[in-house]
Amino acid sequence: MNIAIASGKGGTGKTTVSLALAETLGSRARLLDCDVEEPNCHLFLDAEPIRREEVQISVPEFDRERCTDCGACARVCNFHAIAALGKKKILFFPELCHSCGGCLPACPSGAIREVMHRIGRLEFRRAAGFELVTGVVDVGYPMAVPVIRDLKKQALSDKTNLFDSPPGTACPMVATVRGADYVLLVTEPTPFGLHDLELACDTLEALNLRCGVIVNRADGHGGEVENFCRGRDIPILMEIPFSRKIAEGYSSGKRLLECAPELKLEFERLLAEIGVK
Amino acid sequence: MKEILIISGKGGAGKTSLCAAFAVLAGKSVLVDCDVDASDLHLLLKPEVRETHPFFAGLLPEIGKEGCTRCGKCMDVCRFGAVGADRAGFPVIDENACEGCGVCASHCPAEVIHMKPRSCGEWYESETARGTMFHAKLWPGGENSGKLVAEIRRAARACAGNSGADRILLDGPPGIGCPVISAMTGVDLAVIVTEPTVSGFHDLDRTVRLARQFEVECAVILNKADLNREVAGRVRSYCEEKELRFLGEIPFDPLFSQALREGKTLADYPDSAPGRKIAELWRAVE
Repeated sequence: MNIAIASGKGGTGKTTVSLALAETLGSRARLLDCDVEEPNCHLFLDAEPIRREEVQISVPEFDRERCTDCGACARVCNFHAIAALGKKKILFFPELCHSCGGCLPACPSGAIREVMHRIGRLEFRRAAGFELVTGVVDVGYPMAVPVIRDLKKQALSDKTNLFDSPPGTACPMVATVRGADYVLLVTEPTPFGLHDLELACDTLEALNLRCGVIVNRADGHGGEVENFCRGRDIPILMEIPFSRKIAEGYSSGKRLLECAPELKLEFERLLAEIGVK
Repeated sequence: MKEILIISGKGGAGKTSLCAAFAVLAGKSVLVDCDVDASDLHLLLKPEVRETHPFFAGLLPEIGKEGCTRCGKCMDVCRFGAVGADRAGFPVIDENACEGCGVCASHCPAEVIHMKPRSCGEWYESETARGTMFHAKLWPGGENSGKLVAEIRRAARACAGNSGADRILLDGPPGIGCPVISAMTGVDLAVIVTEPTVSGFHDLDRTVRLARQFEVECAVILNKADLNREVAGRVRSYCEEKELRFLGEIPFDPLFSQALREGKTLADYPDSAPGRKIAELWRAVE
């Protein structure tokens, strides 16, 4: 079973919830940190990677001998990753390339072949009783989606895979939640939290995905979130109370269940409720 | 004219709260919300939309059933798994997976696939009590957020030029991906808001590395500063070591959430501790 943890707004507690779920499930869980621009799960585990893998995409390489300056490759590229400047001078911008392979057959002289280009890495860790695989996009490479796609191949069919999503509702979030059996939306009882929760719900509705809500930093101001969820028929599965102790623990790299172990029962109940065995 | 971007790497560090407060303190400015897929600045600045512009970017295939031989070539060549089949075997595009490369169209032997401009969202030019504001809405799951940011920044620059505003204030998106790069390139100063948490510190470093790649000057504000003295100390030493301007800090204060609920900015509470602190920080930014 695959469960994605998303939110719309950043900083609502996706990573906190992901780690707590993984810790509750223990060896039955595999946590994939899909916030590859700013991955944070590993900061809460005292463990060095046991293995690293490069993430690569295929990009074109140009054989200047065979090139006839026709410019067909540049014309066919919808992402403007190739500029043909004449005199066999071709400029290629790997950060714009989507690896679609469109330029290869477009070249009449067979001057293009594909080579691998590094854009990030995966890191594998084991700690607190579960496995964590982290995707990390290289700083300066603009596209998170290819790293997320590669990372999600690490999901295992005999585990409960937890996908910790990046914030927002754009393509990196969609790439993360696709294929999930259930999406947990973490929100906070503020107008920002509610507004972005609505956006996230719209996105999941368009993707036809089931979801439920966790209210983090609950402080008695959650009425509007409750009204919204009732109106959309989305269950509120759990509340995590606002507590300075939890916030301070988080700041120093302590997991939620280290600061508030009594919440483990709540997470067990939540997992049972959404059908995780 | 100066462009000042408020950014953080990590979400929830306080970018929008600070940006809205700065907008109140700044006087005549043009405002831009670069967080185009989960924008929140409008909740505090309450813009009145004056113009709505469609945003088209990239392409989407349109498949004509007439003439389609159901050969399946389009499904074979698509590297994004974006071409499926309906019950009758006709190709169907999964818009959320399609990246608009056009490879399906160029391989279609029946030539029934045509690439059409793709509607990805819309952007708005609005009036607020604090100046003209440019903001946008990317459709759910939308692509090309970087282009949308570039488009509203272009409009904001033109507006600032025409109106004689001496400053553009930009509220940045989280992360370090394409919309962040697009929001960051060419600004005069990136103010990085961070918090003394292991996540905030980690994300600060990646944001600084990105800014340095694009040769953007940056300065740091430490929010929720008293949450963790040890990590706060590490953030300050990091700034010294990297020769980053440390603008100052704001203590952890429930007024942040209270202001949000009341639909106000922190600058609307000038006599509160965070209100005074923010006025001080704005003078440092200027």
